[in-house]
Amino acid sequence: MLELRNITKRFGNVLANDRVNIVVRPGSIHAIVGENGAGKSTAMRIAYGFYRADSGEILVDGKPQPIHTPHDAIALGIGMVHQHFMLVDTMTVAENIVLGAEPGTLISLDIRGAGKRIRSLSEEFHLAIDPGAVIENLSVGQQQRVELLKALYRQARVLILDEPTAVLTPQEVDEFFQILRRMREQGKTVIIITHKLDEVLAISDEVTVMRDGRVLGHRKTAETTAAELARLMVGREVLLRVQKKPAVPGRVILSVRRLSMKGRLNGISFVIRAGEILGIAGVEGNGQTELIEALAGLVGESELSGSIDFDGREISRLSARQRKELGIAHVPEDRQRRGLLLDASVAENSILGVHYREPAVTGRSGIMLDDASIRARAQRVIEGFDVRPANSELPARALSGGNQQKLIIGREFELPPKLLLVSQPTRGVDIGAIEFIHRKLVALRDSGCAVLLVSAELEEVTAIADRLMVIYAGRIVGEVDPTLATNEEIGLMMAGGSRTSDED
Amino acid sequence: MAEILSFSILYSTIRVATPLLLAALGGLLSERSGVINIALEGLMLAGAFTSAVVTHYAGNPWIGLLAGIGSGVFIAAIHAVACIQFDSNQVVTGTAINILMLGIPTLLSGALFETTGSTPQIPRANLIPNAPAVIAFALVPVIWYVLYRTPFGLRLRAAGENPEAADTAGVSVAAIRYTGVLLSGALAAIGGAYLSIGQSSLFTRNMTAGRGFIALAALIFGKWRPVQTMLACLLFGFAEAAAIQMQGVIPHVRVEYIQIIPYVLTMVVLAGFIGAARAPRALGRPYEKE
Ligand SMILES: Nc1ncnc2c1ncn2[C@@H]1O[C@H](COP(=O)(O)OP(=O)(O)OP(=O)(O)O)[C@@H](O)[C@H]1O
Ligand SMILES: [Mg+2]
Repeated sequence: MLELRNITKRFGNVLANDRVNIVVRPGSIHAIVGENGAGKSTAMRIAYGFYRADSGEILVDGKPQPIHTPHDAIALGIGMVHQHFMLVDTMTVAENIVLGAEPGTLISLDIRGAGKRIRSLSEEFHLAIDPGAVIENLSVGQQQRVELLKALYRQARVLILDEPTAVLTPQEVDEFFQILRRMREQGKTVIIITHKLDEVLAISDEVTVMRDGRVLGHRKTAETTAAELARLMVGREVLLRVQKKPAVPGRVILSVRRLSMKGRLNGISFVIRAGEILGIAGVEGNGQTELIEALAGLVGESELSGSIDFDGREISRLSARQRKELGIAHVPEDRQRRGLLLDASVAENSILGVHYREPAVTGRSGIMLDDASIRARAQRVIEGFDVRPANSELPARALSGGNQQKLIIGREFELPPKLLLVSQPTRGVDIGAIEFIHRKLVALRDSGCAVLLVSAELEEVTAIADRLMVIYAGRIVGEVDPTLATNEEIGLMMAGGSRTSDED
Repeated sequence: MAEILSFSILYSTIRVATPLLLAALGGLLSERSGVINIALEGLMLAGAFTSAVVTHYAGNPWIGLLAGIGSGVFIAAIHAVACIQFDSNQVVTGTAINILMLGIPTLLSGALFETTGSTPQIPRANLIPNAPAVIAFALVPVIWYVLYRTPFGLRLRAAGENPEAADTAGVSVAAIRYTGVLLSGALAAIGGAYLSIGQSSLFTRNMTAGRGFIALAALIFGKWRPVQTMLACLLFGFAEAAAIQMQGVIPHVRVEYIQIIPYVLTMVVLAGFIGAARAPRALGRPYEKE
């Protein structure tokens, strides 16, 4: 159906794809796995005509095809949903879907006719969406449906999906896989990039493993195991679950009482002690984002009520900068919007938040950036957190998703924090790096820092949190012991079934 | 003071607003596609000069107008190639064009007519006093329709908001941006031609006197939307028309103070309202993917 033959691609002196060969059989679901920066997105973007290969060819239905622009790919029936969505935020769903393939005539866009076709497509594939809604008002899950509809609208026969499940909740993933199976039944071919090996095993027919720009192997899914794939990907044995000693909690670092935000947070109270990781599990959109941002000082104080005590001091009126100065570090969930300046270099990004004071700024005058110390700091982050490629002059945009994440986490560790607020730390991160980040978080805890971990990944919170709370509709519905509670129990609470409601 | 609100002020408001509106609508097409067009002033000058010269020789203002449009498109093409092909800084390129267009007419009129800066008088019968005004105001609904009701308009807005999204949807961002910038050259040039072969009968040095920048201000004040932009142009036009009328009416005030009213208004409006405006998200950002 689709075949990449000897594809090579360089960005500057980074060899992103090195003679890549991938064969995708028609009517199959083909998974591509590999570490961050392995070149998965690049290979697929070449197949979609977004980048041009330096050498090699692309075959569609056995025939070599010149694919120079996405337009060519679309004409050949190839559709792609990118790792970071390609939607115009200010436009409607329908406008986004028809863009580039507009119905009607040159002088009259038939948006109503498009709406009808979109509705029938969304019924056929169970992708409920309102064609008139404006993109910026949609959740990420809904935006993804728009992206899928965009490809289906163009009658794509091959769908390339770049980490489609990274932004979905476990329930949404199940639904999503139903949709993919439905597509396969209708004869479509699906290529899916993912970091989650259980997803590979659950959905794919075949799997290709990449590392360092090369294809390392190709397996029939039925004939492989998660352990084998992990070994191929990383090149060594991977601990799928980090080992840690029991926590030794010290004094109270953060104490939150009756924190409320209209319509979002409802009387949240808890404490975190030095040397422990408090996990918050919950389906996304239940107030986690708001809670973390309220603690980091990113929510207007007029919108909040309740008190936040940090290290014995009431901080709810302090600005984000003042809180950072006290030792509160923050790893935001949206790394591209909140975590990085994409066009600034890795070095510049490594001092964000401390960019106005020592050691980023020199001497007493306080107006000159100190290049040497900035570079040294960047180097520590790069080495300490294995950011690849190890070049502090590259713009953050040029790093792969997982490496951007490591950069942010590394920067926040440098603060150094007394309290770390961390949201979705391993979203879109490969298994080797997940193991790495988990180890780092546990080590930070062991050094006496308090950690508040928010994650939609149940595996993650149960693996590394010492205590686990469940949030639902802006309130804490209960606390469980992560070593004892089953996934079913936690899942039930995440869906709103309370365990402690009769106690308070 | 009664005559300030008379019919004549309405008439002169439209007269003053016409070149602003043409340039602003041109700027709208360029900027909605993502290319900053600070060169409107220079494009107007190109249109004003070329149409005056060609009308003088050809004896026909329509041929002059067409030539003016041609010159605007040509100069806009320079801006387009620099910004789209070579990813240059759009503000710098636009400024260069403005400076260039201050000099070139002086140079050419020196060579052609042995004067510095102005062209010979054109007879009254060879002027087009109303046509550009009709074109300008008729274009408002046309551009609105193109922008919001045609495939081209959808692509244009997408290229200015999120060029990656447009590209991955199979739209050629470069082609769209070229079209937007070239059209802006044509429209701004009509606005300039209106000054030289419509309202007056010759080209004089720097005859636009900053109108291209006021048009840009109207575009921003109008939030890059056709109807609002027209209203902003009318507001600025009214301010200038009123200033012209007041010059004879109010005693003891120096003319210069009255003449600066439209410019002061522009500054106040921009300083006071710009916060509420939201530019196309990719405005000024060259589209490069590697
Ligand atoms: N536009 C670009 N400019 C420069 N370098 C790039 C660009 N895109 C990718 N790279 C580099 O090419 C390599 C491969 O990146 P790619 O995005 O294909 O990795 P990936 O396998 O998709 O990783 P991830 O799982 O993190 O998304 C990386 O080293 C990356 O830094
Ligand atoms: Mg990728």
